[in-house]
Amino acid sequence: MMNRREFLSLGGAAALAAACGPLATKKDKAASDPGSMEYRINPVNGDKISLIGFGCMRWPMVKGPDGKDVIDQEAVNEMVDYALANGINYFDTSPVYLQGQSEAAAGAALSRHPRESYYLATKLSNFSDHSAQASIEMYRESFRQLRTDYFDYYLLHSIGRGGSRAFMSRYAENGLLDFLRKEKAAGRIRNLGFSFHGARSEFDYFMELFDRGELLWDFCQIEMNYVDWKHADGVRNVNADYLYEQLDRRGIPIVIMEPLLGGRLARVPAGILRQMKEREPDSSAAAWAFRFCGSYPRVLCILSGMTDMDPLVENVNTFSHFRPLDQSQRDFLEDMAVEMMEKYPLVNCTDCKYCMPCPWGIDIPGVFQHYNRCITEGSYASSASQKDYHRLKRAYLVSYDRAVERIRQADHCISCGECLSHCPQSIAIPAQLRRIAKYVESLKQDTL
Amino acid sequence: MLKLLRRIVALVFFLCITFLLLDVSGVAHRFLGWMARIQLLPAVMALNFGVIAFLVVLTLVFGRVYCSVICPLGVFQDGISRLGNIGRKQPYRYRKELKWLRYGIWVLFVIALVAGLQCLVAFLAPYSAYGRMVESLLQPVWLWGNNLLASISQRAGSYAFYSREVWLRSLPTLIVAAVTLVVLVVLAWRGGRTYCNAVCPVGTTLSFFSRFALLRPVIDASKCRNCRKCEHGCKAQCIDIDSHSIDYSRCVDCFNCIGECKFDALSYRPVWGRKKASPKASEGYKEGEAPQADDSLRASRRAFLGATALFAGTSALKAQSAKKVDGGFAQLLPKQAPSREVPLTPPGSASVKDFYRRCTACQLCVAQCPNNVLRPSSDPEHFMQPCMSYERGFCRPECTRCSQLCPSGAIKPIGKEEKTQYRIGVAQIDRDLCLQSRGEGPCGKCVQACPSGAVSFVNKDGVRIPVVAEEVCIGCGACEYLCPVRPISAITVNGRNTHLL
Repeated sequence: MMNRREFLSLGGAAALAAACGPLATKKDKAASDPGSMEYRINPVNGDKISLIGFGCMRWPMVKGPDGKDVIDQEAVNEMVDYALANGINYFDTSPVYLQGQSEAAAGAALSRHPRESYYLATKLSNFSDHSAQASIEMYRESFRQLRTDYFDYYLLHSIGRGGSRAFMSRYAENGLLDFLRKEKAAGRIRNLGFSFHGARSEFDYFMELFDRGELLWDFCQIEMNYVDWKHADGVRNVNADYLYEQLDRRGIPIVIMEPLLGGRLARVPAGILRQMKEREPDSSAAAWAFRFCGSYPRVLCILSGMTDMDPLVENVNTFSHFRPLDQSQRDFLEDMAVEMMEKYPLVNCTDCKYCMPCPWGIDIPGVFQHYNRCITEGSYASSASQKDYHRLKRAYLVSYDRAVERIRQADHCISCGECLSHCPQSIAIPAQLRRIAKYVESLKQDTL
Repeated sequence: MLKLLRRIVALVFFLCITFLLLDVSGVAHRFLGWMARIQLLPAVMALNFGVIAFLVVLTLVFGRVYCSVICPLGVFQDGISRLGNIGRKQPYRYRKELKWLRYGIWVLFVIALVAGLQCLVAFLAPYSAYGRMVESLLQPVWLWGNNLLASISQRAGSYAFYSREVWLRSLPTLIVAAVTLVVLVVLAWRGGRTYCNAVCPVGTTLSFFSRFALLRPVIDASKCRNCRKCEHGCKAQCIDIDSHSIDYSRCVDCFNCIGECKFDALSYRPVWGRKKASPKASEGYKEGEAPQADDSLRASRRAFLGATALFAGTSALKAQSAKKVDGGFAQLLPKQAPSREVPLTPPGSASVKDFYRRCTACQLCVAQCPNNVLRPSSDPEHFMQPCMSYERGFCRPECTRCSQLCPSGAIKPIGKEEKTQYRIGVAQIDRDLCLQSRGEGPCGKCVQACPSGAVSFVNKDGVRIPVVAEEVCIGCGACEYLCPVRPISAITVNGRNTHLL
């Protein structure tokens, strides 16, 4: 562990220190008390893991010299240093995140610290090519990118959709499972698990494999938050309470993804936030969501994809002197989830960008994020006759053009459906884009 | 006093018309549109007899105040010559009327007007010249300024300003505008109103009336001490002190001379009939050449070559990468304009012929088009006159701004509902490019995008392909703009010669 002064000298620049000025007081507070971080012990192997894990899927990107997006490594280094200094010790990445750059950036930042000071999780993201050769190459490449010779946690990335058939073709028939078992025996993989998106029957299949002893999962990564707990969109996705109960019963440690639904639960509509503040004036919406997940004992780690220092500092504060929710507080969040779904026509997008790049150039998550933000903020015209219509119309259209380049907006979607299979949330992307394009068109033509 | 009044009114007109040509917010035309409509040539093209009669009477009573106040190009030249005269004690002296040049150009202009050589008309007409300078040279600067404000207001979380696309609408027109600017600046810097009195056909037209104007500046020879202050201050160079006469065909009623005279020898007062002493011959004349016809020809040829080059090569783009990674954008080729046998002119123009017959190429509609559809044509036949194309947007159903603006009647004012009655073009599908027709779909963008329901699917040999109901299509270009095939869309709009049934 290092103190703040050391980490700043690592960052190197006085200018950097000046830039972080506004955060300094908060940081000092947290950094001066690193022992307060909430840890969970993995009952299987005794790993002491911080309850908040660093998801490496949402790091900041900047334009490189050739105009392409590259990860802002300096910002990543700063965040990783701060996270480690404040007790966060679990980092989750994948070969496909951030246009394939996440692992390299994580490797660059983490290799500046002792290997035993953090737990590393990455995935076998063999989506496009299931062949053993390509998959094993991907596996080996992860070692090079992450500059390590072992993975603490290794996941079969996003299985579930397509059930046993898809699973067999991606991992079984090509011999990968045998390969990974050997790697585990050799100590290069310490824990082998999977991340799941799919329907209940599809999840049951993996539990059956476990029960039959064919695949003894060391851990499992699921999507869980107070909305998905009972309302995970029904047909194609399964509620988190079912997943939790099944895993808990079998004693499988659980890693949580999307605790904030891609930030949506950090920016809840004003009416919801007011009710939260009435109950706990000094707790943020994000803190409510994190505390919900952390209230369940089988949860080992809650991943949060932090884009810059501000949420990182806030999350460190939330998870230092962690306060779980009691039953009445969780019931309250269930009420909020119901209210959110009934009152606000949000698109269920978590900005994971698995759908990207769209072959036709649409900025799918950009369109959805903008739409959701407008609804959450209430800057959303619902009728041409309403009082504020012209102000709201202008706000929507101008902010839309600012958020998404015109040729990447929803009206350009040709409904080819290429994105559908990539979406872990099972969003009917073309239909939703059509709905938004229609809404924009009705704003432009004043026919709302 | 008169001079001050002239200056104030001229400045107001000048700034308002310039703002009208720059404005992108869609506010200016509601209040300032009339300033464009009282320009002489547009009023003639629009057969706006009220305005024509008003201007004739105005000139018959007050002389060529039009040139000093209403014409933005005239005021612009006054500004330039003012700058040029800094430090000059005797900026002007009397010069003989350049009859051959002046009336030669006027005759040429009238012939061009009658024969429909609008390109030549646009070269010479003052309002058109000013319009293209503002549209091509000043508006980009204005838009960059707007975009700067937009980025500031974005940071402040305000929607007061929003970013606008700045793009080169037509290189040949830009070149012509730049040449126009240089020629005018040189002429005005060196000789005040040389252009207005040697080239400008509107000035010459008004001179026919101003000779008989009721009110004119008059020299009282009995009071005159021959100090020549008035002559040296006359930017029209029409005061001949040797004969104590003023050439009223060239006088633009700037009233500088009246202010200059210390002996009260000059006054602005009623005079009956035509009075003009023939001045003595004065010496050589070097300035005052017409805009170079050479440049325009070269420019249009370049435009033509540029346009043909654009049509070379088409390919649909689909992003492919070995390993599918998350995030990032597929690269999109910029759209290119297809060749259109018949040009597209805005709804509100009765026919292509009628549009190009009346349009004076003042670029007002081009500068104001919020959808980036209108641009100056590079086609030699309609050079600098606007045409439409759909690479950056389409003619949106709720927008009728150009029709509300057009001062020359080339685009008649229409409402949103009327707009759909104008069928400016018809979409056609290139089956070799169309994804759906090639079996590379599914794609139904054009079917889905068409606001008139003119594009639909049919089954042809078991394949669902889009087809156009020609009689329903209004040519708005939504399909062409949104078609995913790049750089040239698979569905493109060709113009119709006649727009109204």
